[in-house]
Amino acid sequence: MLSVSVDSMFVHKMWVDKELSKMVTAKTVPFPMLSDGGGSIGRIYGVYDQEEGVDIRGRFLIDPDGVVQAYEMVAPPVGRNIPETLRQIQAFQLVREGKGTKATPSGWKPGKTVLEPGPDLVGNVWKVWTVDKAFD
Amino acid sequence: MAEKPAVGCKRPSAKVQKPPEETTQPETVTEKKEYAMIQIGQKAPDFAAPAYFNNDFTTIQLSDYLGKWVVLCFYPGDFTFV
Repeated sequence: MLSVSVDSMFVHKMWVDKELSKMVTAKTVPFPMLSDGGGSIGRIYGVYDQEEGVDIRGRFLIDPDGVVQAYEMVAPPVGRNIPETLRQIQAFQLVREGKGTKATPSGWKPGKTVLEPGPDLVGNVWKVWTVDKAFD
Repeated sequence: MAEKPAVGCKRPSAKVQKPPEETTQPETVTEKKEYAMIQIGQKAPDFAAPAYFNNDFTTIQLSDYLGKWVVLCFYPGDFTFV
């Protein structure tokens, strides 16, 4: 986990000391907080808002080979849904371990049905997965 | 009377106002840099950045995390509420 904003690393320290340490039980932030002054990283990732001078809420999942597997972008006033990020990581890890033999249907969570695409599954997904399974 | 900047999740920033006569001048050619959007299935661009971690200052290089899953999370700014 790496977080990035245009703030300096000194401001990151003050934010942890003055506010975040009071919000999290660990009393500190357990991942590096990166400084993207000028938005040069945000620009190459397509999340830098030039007019406002900030990086918007972009979240990228990068696999062990350094390949982007997913991203999400959200405008500043709305926060993210962390369980969804965790769910996607769990799904991508399962898919990667399956070396192309497995796929996770919408709403998949650990313990739910995993699809094994192949000739036998064509037209037969309804036998193993129904829409209600996309919801809790 | 000076307008109070809005206190939201966006960082109030200075905006340079062009003098009115500039608008009548012929348009100057400005260098436009285009950035290709990140593509799924493509390598994440590598970078190095100063960082705060474990009560210390350090430098983080994305490629040092090869072999691990990485969540790279951008946000507008420290102390911006959300």
